[in-house]
Amino acid sequence: MSRYLLRRLAFLLLTLVVTSLIVFAITQYLPGDVCRIILGREAGESALAACTERLGLDEPLAVQYFNWLGNFLQGDWGESFSTRAEIRPLVMQRLRNSLRLALVTMLFAVPVAVLLGILAGLNADRPLDNIISVASLSVVGLPEFVTGLVLIQIFAFTLNDFLFERFGVRPFPANSSVRPDATFAEAFPMLVLPALTATLVLLAYIARLTRAGVAEEMERPYVRTATLKGLPWRVVIVRHVLRNALLPTITVVAISFGWLISGLIVIENVFNYPGLGRLLVFAIDRRDLPLLQAVTMITVFAFAFANLVADLLYAWLNPRIRLGE
Amino acid sequence: MSEQRPPVLAIRDLTVAYRSRGAWLQAVRDVSLQIMAGERVGLVGESGSGKSTIALAVMGYLREAARVLAGEIILNGRDLLSLDRSQMRALWGAEMALVPQDPLSALNPSLRIGEQLAEALRLHLGMDRARALERAAELLEMVRIPDPERVVRAYPHQISGGMQQRVMIALALSTEPALLVLDEPTTALDVTTQAAILDLFRDLTEARETAALYVTHNLGVVAEICDRVAVLYAGDLVEEGPVGELFRQPLHPYTHGLLASVPRLEAGRRGVALQSIPGQIPPLGERPPACVYADRCPLAIEICHEVRPPRETPLPGRAVRCHRWEEVLAGALSAPATPPAADGAHVGDADGEGDGAPVLDLDDVEVHFEAPHTIREILARRERPPVRAVDGVSLEIAPGRTLGLVGESGSGKTTLARAVVGLEETTGGEMALFNLPLPSGLSERSEELLSRLQIVFQNPEEALNPYRTVGATLRRPLMRLQGLSREEADAAVARLLEAVRLPASYAYRLPRQLSGGEKQRAAIARAFAADPELLVADEPVSSLDVSVQASILNLLNELQRERDSSTLFISHDLAVVGYLADEIAVMYGGHLMELMPAEGLLTPPHHPYTEVLLAAIPRLDPDAPPRPLPALRASEPGQNVGRTGCPFHPRCPRFLGDICVEQTPPWRAAENGGRIFCHIPLEDLQAAQVEDA
Repeated sequence: MSRYLLRRLAFLLLTLVVTSLIVFAITQYLPGDVCRIILGREAGESALAACTERLGLDEPLAVQYFNWLGNFLQGDWGESFSTRAEIRPLVMQRLRNSLRLALVTMLFAVPVAVLLGILAGLNADRPLDNIISVASLSVVGLPEFVTGLVLIQIFAFTLNDFLFERFGVRPFPANSSVRPDATFAEAFPMLVLPALTATLVLLAYIARLTRAGVAEEMERPYVRTATLKGLPWRVVIVRHVLRNALLPTITVVAISFGWLISGLIVIENVFNYPGLGRLLVFAIDRRDLPLLQAVTMITVFAFAFANLVADLLYAWLNPRIRLGE
Repeated sequence: MSEQRPPVLAIRDLTVAYRSRGAWLQAVRDVSLQIMAGERVGLVGESGSGKSTIALAVMGYLREAARVLAGEIILNGRDLLSLDRSQMRALWGAEMALVPQDPLSALNPSLRIGEQLAEALRLHLGMDRARALERAAELLEMVRIPDPERVVRAYPHQISGGMQQRVMIALALSTEPALLVLDEPTTALDVTTQAAILDLFRDLTEARETAALYVTHNLGVVAEICDRVAVLYAGDLVEEGPVGELFRQPLHPYTHGLLASVPRLEAGRRGVALQSIPGQIPPLGERPPACVYADRCPLAIEICHEVRPPRETPLPGRAVRCHRWEEVLAGALSAPATPPAADGAHVGDADGEGDGAPVLDLDDVEVHFEAPHTIREILARRERPPVRAVDGVSLEIAPGRTLGLVGESGSGKTTLARAVVGLEETTGGEMALFNLPLPSGLSERSEELLSRLQIVFQNPEEALNPYRTVGATLRRPLMRLQGLSREEADAAVARLLEAVRLPASYAYRLPRQLSGGEKQRAAIARAFAADPELLVADEPVSSLDVSVQASILNLLNELQRERDSSTLFISHDLAVVGYLADEIAVMYGGHLMELMPAEGLLTPPHHPYTEVLLAAIPRLDPDAPPRPLPALRASEPGQNVGRTGCPFHPRCPRFLGDICVEQTPPWRAAENGGRIFCHIPLEDLQAAQVEDA
């Protein structure tokens, strides 16, 4: 197990090194001169030269890379080209927002998806399974901006109006532009709609995987052994089947967490939610290279870390790996 | 045994069908069978006979696509078919229990063994968790598991296959059920492990008067431990009777054919031709409505194709479904005295050709695998010894001869075979083909050299591309290695198919359109297509049914005689090797233990390991004197031991002491030309073994 752990950690490190190289290389080769972007079209030659020297852009590439990486690791992520603000507090605040959204999405998605998956798996190839599969797949086929807009229509208008008439509240804001200093409790109502939209994307994915896991495990001979011990059906399912069937689900949930943190560009834009996804779009829009680098590094890290957690969780829950070798 | 008591299990006219494309196809037809308390009844059949369907029907655990169409299954006076699932649940584990074939998959991989045992105890005997875990350890001790306290806390993957099956038996017996159903419980195990499990099973069921239904394809196992046997063919119970009588005097032609198709240790090398049964079991939905066996039966007459034979009881305790059992009884099917394979040509060559350059010459061949290190070992810079899969094997195969290589799993026999054909790199020693050095590894070998060595795998699928017709598969080596033109190759394909007794039209078939035996024939044809000088056959028949196995063994025998090629024949089954080989090499823990002429198989002295193997083979002849399994010091092989000493010492029943642990044994030359790797002088081995027999 410790061997496994070390190997995974080494892989994580390698992944991060490789991505940092890629991120650095990409920003090097993006079109346009950095200083011209910063100073604008009218800047004179001397101002450009001063800028180039100040940013160290005349140094060899290797030196630039190690300077950048060294600064990044020490927490000096530089200034945004476009807003002139410190990058780190901005990214951290957005990361917190993204984490909140991911968390709420998981709270919505996982119980429902796992339950649907188990139901479908236990009834594999029977009508209930087909209904669940068709329903969840047809939802996942819709693009997020469509489901997002439909949810806005349903919740922010129809349902809000209805609740307002009855109780005098409109609990579902269509715009999720949370204030930077909002507490989780304050932000929660604004998280509901984007989280629901993300849930619809994840739901089918997790449910399908759970269904496959359960259906596959149900065919295994140990289920017959457990049943023929005379154990009640519920015990067979909970003690024997789910213990094994949910292993891949746990992995995919952990991986999805990484995706939720970094990949919600469309949803965040539809709801105007200040997460990392929107910051990424902003950075690209403004050709804000240091910001782009920082956001990319953070999202890659989130993704790689989620993968690591998924692997470790799987290994820890699976005695064949935990106690193997 | 008291005759008056009602049977524990009574199956009456059971008919089970499977749904397939809207139709119900009968997999089991009108089967009746009774088992008394303390009686062990064997249910024997080949694949597709319906034996597992009966076992699962008795347990009330048929798949959804299966349905009992008619009949009764009565357990201690209660008709199981009338019970609903919750009523069955009360019987499961309490009054009836199942021991399945593959114990690893039958145990939950993520629950500790103690928990899995305790579950049943808590449920049926009302024990609390602590008491149940305590009892679990006692049960493990009962099934002779050393160190039960450790195994209680272990997960299934942490113990060996034999131990896993002991756990399954402990589980099944934990609540002292009246009926035990065993579905091929030892098929996946090594012979020595099987022998130990059978012993254990016999002792435990005898002590408890448990009724047992023992489902298997292995006639030898039935002869060893069952009181009565029922023979299934294509869903029909064709014959039933006490084991001794039925094996001595089968009444049904199928039983007769089945018994004649099994190689017997006692018969010696090619002593009796194996009778293969032509054709194959008809698939579901294509079964003849009259006698199911009529299409393959040598005695079939008109009535056999028209009228279903009734179940008759010609002798007390016997039952048979055959129109012509009287003729069978009168000896209509007695086997031919001399086998086709032993007609002189082959037996003679043993002296004639034995003295040329050896086809294959192995000198101290080693295949070691690097073992992965743990972190602790890396940090401590400790070297981990490699796994010595093959550890210094020397042997020769003379032209036109067959060397049989026998050993259990982990003996290194397959690794050695793979090293010879170049699929595994050797780490030491020399190999030579006709005195020319044989480089290790495929990349070092020329195409011409590759064609001179061919392999037949246990699983023919490995040698046949599923998307290529048999003809295309055979043509490739002919054109590529022998440089034939397309027309010449097509003609050669036809000859090859004829040689392996397949119709010429099979050239246009895909592997999936062939039965298991036919696939293995095609794989053998593919091996011979390259016209090899040495054929390496790695367990070529062990995945096949008995009746098919016989025809493949006969085929190999004939092909070798016709083509005068040499064979390295690898098997775990000493009886099969004894039938086919000229010389026998016994392997254990990467070492050769003994090398002997096949004729010497039944005459001591033998290496103690060979002795154990011989004793462990279940014998088909119920009248043969019992051959007790020598007491092994450890019931299962442990880790590969170091370089010194004898690899077999941790288990050896004739263990001498420190000398076996510390010193490499000498090779002792036996009178019959064989040699034995043992510290015990041959005279002493001989004396001890003759006395024990």
